[in-house]
Amino acid sequence: MTPQALKKEKPAVRQPQERPQKSGKRSPSGGKPQRGSLKEKPVQELREHIVEVISDSGEGAQRCGQSMASIAARMGNGIWTVEIIPAEIQPPARSIAGGSGNRVRLASDRVTNGGDEAELVVAFNEQVLLGRIHAHELSPGCTILIENKWRDDDDAEIVAAYTRTIGELEESGYDIQEIPMERECLKYVADPKRGKNMFVLGMLCSIYSLDMQIAREQVAFIFAKKDQNIIDNNIQLLEAGFDWAEANLTFKYCIPPSPMTEPQIVVNGNVSLGLGIMASGMEVCAMYPITPATSVSHYLSEVFETVGGVVHQAEDEIAACAFAIGASYAGKCAVTITSGPGLALKQETIGLAVMAEIPLVVVDVQRGGPSTGLPTKTEQGDLLFACFGGHGDNPKVVMAVSDIEDCFYSMITARKIAETFNTVVVVLTDASLASAQQPFPRPVISEDWMAPPVDQSEISAGLVPYDWDHRTGLARRFIPGQPGGMHCLTGLAHDRKSCVAYDSDTNQDGMQHRSLKLAALQKTLKTPPVFGDSEGDLLIVSWGSTKGAVEEAVTRLQDDGHKVSSLHLRFIQPMPSGIKDVLKGFKHVMTVEGNWSDNLDHEIIDEENRRYSELAWLLRARFLVDVDCWTEVRGRPIKPGSVVRAAHQRLQRKE
Amino acid sequence: MSMPIAECALRLLEEEHPIDDYKGRVPRWCTGCGDNAILAAVQRLCRDEQLAPEKTVFVSGIGCSSRFPHYMNTYGFHGLHGRAMPVAQGIKMRRPDLHVFVVTGDGDCCSIGTAHWIHALRYNMNMTVLMHDNGIYGLTKNQASPTSPQGLKSKTTPSGTLLEPINPVSVSLGIRNASFVAQAVDWIPDMLYDIIEAAFHHKGFSFVRILQRCPEFLPGRFDEWVKDPSRMLLLNHDDGVKVRPELGKVYQNLEQHDPSDRNRAREIASTYHPMPVGVLYRNQEMPCYEDLRKPDRLYTPDVIKSVLEKEFDQFTIHPAA
Repeated sequence: MTPQALKKEKPAVRQPQERPQKSGKRSPSGGKPQRGSLKEKPVQELREHIVEVISDSGEGAQRCGQSMASIAARMGNGIWTVEIIPAEIQPPARSIAGGSGNRVRLASDRVTNGGDEAELVVAFNEQVLLGRIHAHELSPGCTILIENKWRDDDDAEIVAAYTRTIGELEESGYDIQEIPMERECLKYVADPKRGKNMFVLGMLCSIYSLDMQIAREQVAFIFAKKDQNIIDNNIQLLEAGFDWAEANLTFKYCIPPSPMTEPQIVVNGNVSLGLGIMASGMEVCAMYPITPATSVSHYLSEVFETVGGVVHQAEDEIAACAFAIGASYAGKCAVTITSGPGLALKQETIGLAVMAEIPLVVVDVQRGGPSTGLPTKTEQGDLLFACFGGHGDNPKVVMAVSDIEDCFYSMITARKIAETFNTVVVVLTDASLASAQQPFPRPVISEDWMAPPVDQSEISAGLVPYDWDHRTGLARRFIPGQPGGMHCLTGLAHDRKSCVAYDSDTNQDGMQHRSLKLAALQKTLKTPPVFGDSEGDLLIVSWGSTKGAVEEAVTRLQDDGHKVSSLHLRFIQPMPSGIKDVLKGFKHVMTVEGNWSDNLDHEIIDEENRRYSELAWLLRARFLVDVDCWTEVRGRPIKPGSVVRAAHQRLQRKE
Repeated sequence: MSMPIAECALRLLEEEHPIDDYKGRVPRWCTGCGDNAILAAVQRLCRDEQLAPEKTVFVSGIGCSSRFPHYMNTYGFHGLHGRAMPVAQGIKMRRPDLHVFVVTGDGDCCSIGTAHWIHALRYNMNMTVLMHDNGIYGLTKNQASPTSPQGLKSKTTPSGTLLEPINPVSVSLGIRNASFVAQAVDWIPDMLYDIIEAAFHHKGFSFVRILQRCPEFLPGRFDEWVKDPSRMLLLNHDDGVKVRPELGKVYQNLEQHDPSDRNRAREIASTYHPMPVGVLYRNQEMPCYEDLRKPDRLYTPDVIKSVLEKEFDQFTIHPAA
């Protein structure tokens, strides 16, 4: 993989006053537009490019970016999208913090992460653009296409802010291209606030040589539920944007797609989870609204009933978990979906499911914490909490998904483990995967994914509900309705008959068997493969959504001759065997995670008080290996470039 | 194939559940605890209704009363403090074949589990709720509860509680979707039985507050009513509970109360002088949540597969032909 774009010449743009007048040249009904200038423009071939579309909330930049990604994916390009979301529903217009939009990384080959800084930006005003610049999300000197209507605004302050900003950015070396988006859109619609995004989509189709027929189909798909005249209108704007860019922009790129060999699914991580929940045969999803988890339930609410499932929006997080536990106890395996604060509230109920050995799948779409934290932004801060949250010994399975495809299959795996081991499986994903899109091969559905109907046959006399196997800790499970299986399940310490324990040995016995189940599962797990050589100077260990960025960084480091490999963990609790041997193959081991760790550079931080990142704690404790860490909690996905820099620092540090 | 009448009768006998079939472990409640009377009434009900023990689930929270499921020989779920109702809802949601009972107390229901109680009234799922209200925390040994009488001295209120108690019946009647609200007392066992029976037969969320004596921490709490039948008000109606004639001799304070009259129900509930016993409110028209959410198809692998394929189609991109 060579992820860096080819160095491009700074393109020139015709000044607006030189632009040839096109009005009247094309019929507004969408007839074949004239594209005479296409051949005159040099088309620069790229391996990949990162583009951002950013607007005020409600102006449709997100839809524009997502549509562009879908069109490119349909052509066979690798894509990864990252949503840019403000925290408020309706932030004030033209505010630095209120920008809403989408980042799309386009490439010839498969893309596994959102990449480094953006190389081309379309901004609907200069304030939202400044937000991205302040966040260091744009590469120095990148191309900026910006709506220029602000130059003629009635409000003198806006005019001043706009002209000042544009002047400063030009001076800083950005390639600013002022585009009369609104003026062009007004030729087709009365209110350009609706539809400007389609004009921009058309421009992007021109810039990246995307197939306009696929683009038209995409627009028709987006507005499928609307009237035909709305579809026609938007296609008209799409074509207008395309034509305008063809006629007025002097640069054009092409990212040759790789031929697709099999059908691919394009969804975001949360929809993928929803599809996975259905494929797993789980029948009940109980939830309480919480960002960024809720969109799983939005999707499920639309389709789950058509397969006979149910999404129950409970009165609170605790009730959602208790409801799921009740359904699962009654033989209908259930999932509850939440984010950090909700996981905190659910802890007591999760402990009950662990204690009473009720299968339960808990999905935690992580966001920034603690407290309300960064509700719309990503973090990997719940790992230790997922493993060790809850009072007393609380052995449960914790797994983490690494990409969009994994979101789908992990639901099937989680349900299987939950029901095989009669325990709780916590699946960790995060805000970055929740809204990111990446194509993956269309799954071939297997009925094995869906468990058979619950066994309601009679329990023979003498059998007890917790007949713990002394080797594996596994016990049978009696489901209400089974004759002869009557017993009172309890969250109190209990014996094999589910009677409340009043003697000292019973608790020891129960704890032992619940704990053994994790060991039994661990025996079935394979050592995860090392990405790169199994020996070297530095091993980067990762979990969850950072996999793509870490592996891309490792590839760059390897290409530069460094002996760096990575190891990605899917199962955190229990952790597969063989990991210590992998760690021992490297001079240095370092985790890269999106959670907090103290930096040794700080004057009062040293080895005795440094707080390590979450996986680093776990690895150090379990394997007695000196595992270092590099982390950041900036509320955005970790960039491969940041990992490369962190690795260089680690390799240079002498010790 | 024909069967001799004797064998047929034997088989019938065999399939009949005597009351012992519903008795689980030996209750560990204190002597004189009102919970014993409630347990006896419920076991009688199960026998009289011939509920299949394997199709019956008692769900409880935490507290003295929540030990109840251990004393039944049915399925039981003795879960977390305050969380019995959402667990019971999860059980009932996709298992309409199960008879679901919830046993809870004044701390469990009216304090830590209040949100669930309010919303359970609103969901109106078909289950019978027995709220044992003794006005004190017993299992944690003598702390004031939300239904403790004002001025009660307890370990956490040594100089007496300052606030008025909440009235669980009035609160329940305040929820628009409530469909069955009743009040019973442990010291009139026949009426207790009849009320629980009516609750069981009501399709919907049947909330029964049962005033129950705690001889250990709150002896004499209800003496003024126990000792003076004239301070009791028995509600009589064909659509609620018909007061047995023999009870009428002792309890002469009867009111013909139509349980569909919510406003009168609120008035009756608003006072303990006299103490109302009976069905205060009943609305058979209120839909049950599980029926509203009932799937119109079976959850089978074939259905899942066909829907999933359709969903995949919507999101699939294909290789160029």
